[in-house]
Amino acid sequence: MGRRIFLGTLGLGALGVLAAPTLQRGLEAFLGSAADKDPTGLTGLLPNGGGFRYYSVAASVPHKNATDYRLTVDGLVDHPASYTLADLRALPQTRMVKDVQCVTGWRVPGTPFEGVRLSRLLDAAGVRAKAGAVRFSCFDGTYTESLTLDQARRADVLVALRMQDKDLEHAHGGPVRLYVAPMYFYKSAKWLSGITVTEDVHPGYWEDRGYDVDAWVGRSNGRDDAPTS
Amino acid sequence: MPLRADPAVAADRRHRFTRAERWTHRATAVLMGVCVVTASFLYVPEFAELVGRRELVVRVHEWAGLALPVPVLAGLASRAFRADLGRLNRFGAHDRIWLRAALVRDRRRASRPADKFNAGQKIFAAWIAGAVLVMLGTGLLMWFTHLAPLVWRTGATFVHDWLALTVGVVLAGHIGMALGDPEARRGMRTGSVSPEWAEREHPLWRP
Repeated sequence: MGRRIFLGTLGLGALGVLAAPTLQRGLEAFLGSAADKDPTGLTGLLPNGGGFRYYSVAASVPHKNATDYRLTVDGLVDHPASYTLADLRALPQTRMVKDVQCVTGWRVPGTPFEGVRLSRLLDAAGVRAKAGAVRFSCFDGTYTESLTLDQARRADVLVALRMQDKDLEHAHGGPVRLYVAPMYFYKSAKWLSGITVTEDVHPGYWEDRGYDVDAWVGRSNGRDDAPTS
Repeated sequence: MPLRADPAVAADRRHRFTRAERWTHRATAVLMGVCVVTASFLYVPEFAELVGRRELVVRVHEWAGLALPVPVLAGLASRAFRADLGRLNRFGAHDRIWLRAALVRDRRRASRPADKFNAGQKIFAAWIAGAVLVMLGTGLLMWFTHLAPLVWRTGATFVHDWLALTVGVVLAGHIGMALGDPEARRGMRTGSVSPEWAEREHPLWRP
């Protein structure tokens, strides 16, 4: 009898793996609607309860605000620059509403991001002819990311200051993060502090640990999610 | 290890678990604790913000999970442990009575007949053993992503997440019941229990 319970649990587990796509769709729909009416926020702790998850690779991340935040642009450019939060806010802002897709599977639908197009900062800096890529560094001191110059110049790549129509909170990578709409969310580096124009792409933090460098949603990392942009 | 009572057991105590069994339980509990704590660091946003160091936490979680079945496998070398596994596997007529009473929250002693393990403990043992192996299997699918096609990995994540939550709740129940029964804890800590406790909680247990 005990053996039957043991084997039954194993069988249910295997069945769950196979039936997961169906179960997951149903649960996401149910929990998504429940989360809208849930004042406690407890549904957010359930698997597939919707919403963002917090991932940080550093031990601790300093807090930066309008007085001490700086974004530097350097490398193969004619005019290296350093922007304060106010400088960035004074530039023309672009707002986009698209799905966010994490490479670990979770997806947050229709999330507004707002900020300065990366291409605008690159143009202002005057990218030199031999440049081919952009490297991003973060004030958590650990995380790095990079894009080819062509990817970085896309209209759906932002230096984001706002998310969900609020100023970016620290937990979401505030005050400033990268937002690469067409790629898996690990490309959208949080706590952005440096933009360096380089000749070649340097793989970023997770890419050194096996993730794809060109992280198009639905066309990389062995996944087939619906494209986000 | 022989089935006879520990020589160290005092005359007024009843032998319940051998040293090997106690260490099997202890090692399993420590590894399970590491799995649960690291899982909460990976999973609960507030804890994740507190701890960070995602790469390290993932490694610790993976290795603790991989090691989790090892103490039980090593415990199989103990004859007493194998005998107790046999007892956990066997359900008798009295277990049905115990379960029915548990379902209607009947706490009277007469309606809860049990041998060395009660029916609830038997079900818990079988279920947690199965659940740990499901967690191990789905965990390996998430760890070695090239092992299986993507739908399997997504399915494994789904099962791993929900089963983790279930295991957490059931473990809390297991620990809660132990906290409420000091003599049961003493049995697992020292290996012996008082005859009164044995007579009350496990009236059909004849060593």
